[in-house]
Amino acid sequence: MTETVTGKVVITDPAGLHARPAVKLTKLAKSFASDIDIRAGEDGGWINAKSPSAVMKLKARHGTTLHVRATGADAQGGVDALVDLVKRGFG
Amino acid sequence: MMGQRAEQIFHGQPAAGTMAKGPLHVLPGTRQETAAPAAGEDLAAALERARSELSRLIGNEKGAAGDILEFQLALLDDEDFLAPVIKRMAAGEPWRKAWREMLEEEIATYRDSGDEYLAARANDLRDLQMRVLGTDQDMSGIGRGAIVVAADLTPSRFLQISRLGVSGIALSGGSATGHVAILARERGINMIVGLKTAVETLPDGEQALIDAKNGLLIVSPSARTLAQGAERMAHEEKERKAAQAMAKKPAMTADGEPVRVLLNAANPDDLEEISPEICDGIGLTRTEFLFSDGLLPDEETQTRVYERILAWARGKPVTIRTLDAGGDKPIAGVTADGERNPFLGLRGLRLSLRKRALFRRQLRALLRAAIHGELKIMVPMVSVPEEMVQARAQLEKARQELEQRNVPYGDVSFGMMVEVPAAALMAECFDADFYSIGSNDLIQYTLAAERGNPEVSWLADGCNGAVMELIARTVRAGRRLGREVSVCGALASEPAHAACLLDAGVRVFSVAPAMAGPVKLAISRHAMAKGSKNK
Repeated sequence: MTETVTGKVVITDPAGLHARPAVKLTKLAKSFASDIDIRAGEDGGWINAKSPSAVMKLKARHGTTLHVRATGADAQGGVDALVDLVKRGFG
Repeated sequence: MMGQRAEQIFHGQPAAGTMAKGPLHVLPGTRQETAAPAAGEDLAAALERARSELSRLIGNEKGAAGDILEFQLALLDDEDFLAPVIKRMAAGEPWRKAWREMLEEEIATYRDSGDEYLAARANDLRDLQMRVLGTDQDMSGIGRGAIVVAADLTPSRFLQISRLGVSGIALSGGSATGHVAILARERGINMIVGLKTAVETLPDGEQALIDAKNGLLIVSPSARTLAQGAERMAHEEKERKAAQAMAKKPAMTADGEPVRVLLNAANPDDLEEISPEICDGIGLTRTEFLFSDGLLPDEETQTRVYERILAWARGKPVTIRTLDAGGDKPIAGVTADGERNPFLGLRGLRLSLRKRALFRRQLRALLRAAIHGELKIMVPMVSVPEEMVQARAQLEKARQELEQRNVPYGDVSFGMMVEVPAAALMAECFDADFYSIGSNDLIQYTLAAERGNPEVSWLADGCNGAVMELIARTVRAGRRLGREVSVCGALASEPAHAACLLDAGVRVFSVAPAMAGPVKLAISRHAMAKGSKNK
């Protein structure tokens, strides 16, 4: 029940994680019960993927690799959904 | 983030003034007034009010502006974002203080992030901060010489900003003939409206050039553009000085035909800064401004306001227009809500004849003030002669009411605005002591082009032949009957249109105070066309 799942994806949206994608990503993350964190690049600090303020301040721009980490019952679904959203260019 | 940017040109429409440069000041969240917070509101209730406001605003927005509002809305449900506020409240701090200070820190973080996009969002946090506090737009950061950009401004906000000595104002909303643009012309403020960009995306603090004559906002102007701008500004300055020299002289055409130039006034405070020497009297006083705080001043208060204006004029005639609410000037609690077409609805005299007690209160105050000078009462938005009959009956009743109370009153003349084509066509059938042409409405009704709609405002050309014919016809009617005809709308304040008004026979102009000099200069440069001199 407490397994941790990870994933990663490169941001292809030219504008990066700006206001609209940040809102979309956090809304999607909130639809999962698991705790979901993201970070920008290998060395970035983990932040709560359900907080638009934190996601915005991540300053994740075009070409950045976004890492996703989730813990909880629906962790796998959460990671897959977020990775898919970024891949689709937040469409 | 302040590196060398490429020059960017944004197009809008000219509304007032000429050219100036200065740093951009982006005012967020001026799309609509916020609702007033309830007394004793707590954080939860304030957040809820902000949520519903934002949801409502998002409904009208698309694209970048909508996304940014969505982001604000998302922050209100962000537990991490709100946590520091909750923590400070738990330590006994009042929520307003906690919220304001937490946002202040957050704004600084965004602004100093070294990331251009994030820095641009600092304004949105400011907007959110103010929205939750339920306080009005924060104008404190606007410096002298700034070019203020906003989605739109209410007249009250415009007036606040206009007193700060700004270089100019650029709005993505509004229209060149709207109320705020009229105010800008009166105050000689450089203004562009209908700017084609989401103002939130403009870089705050960046140098810009506002070319209000051509409706352009040039952000990060190149050295070449700046040099050209400096040349233009030098020329404008020369013209401005010539106009200033002309302002205190009586107006006269190049071939010696005398013209009277009156002023349009909004309130006595504005007049204090103006010398009566620049005019032959006041041709229009807009009394809606008395009501701008939503309260209807009593008879005494109104009497004192009108007396102040008469005292300022020092014996020169003063025309005061009765309440012209409705259309683009709604007043809460007075004008009708939910009209499908307010411009064709209950406005001006039509409304006054429905709110007769309010109308007579104003008439009594005017009659009382008339003891102190030459006062002319003018009623707006008259369509048929019967309305003047009814208006005069109310004036008579107001006199009787004063007599019953043994309150002294003076003589007034009683005239009408000509702004409906029906009134221009049949001017001699109306029982009016004088006519004053309200060009803004006359143009919009003649050309069926709503002045608030930037898509069709190009049709509203002041020198349109049909409009000029209606003006010339009214002038001829006035001459036959020995009644004064003036033009008090925005058309009279435009130096470029002085020639065609003179050719139409107009000899009395009522202009925005800032335009008295430029209009007199334009009149002095025009020689009457042969044969039109005594038309």
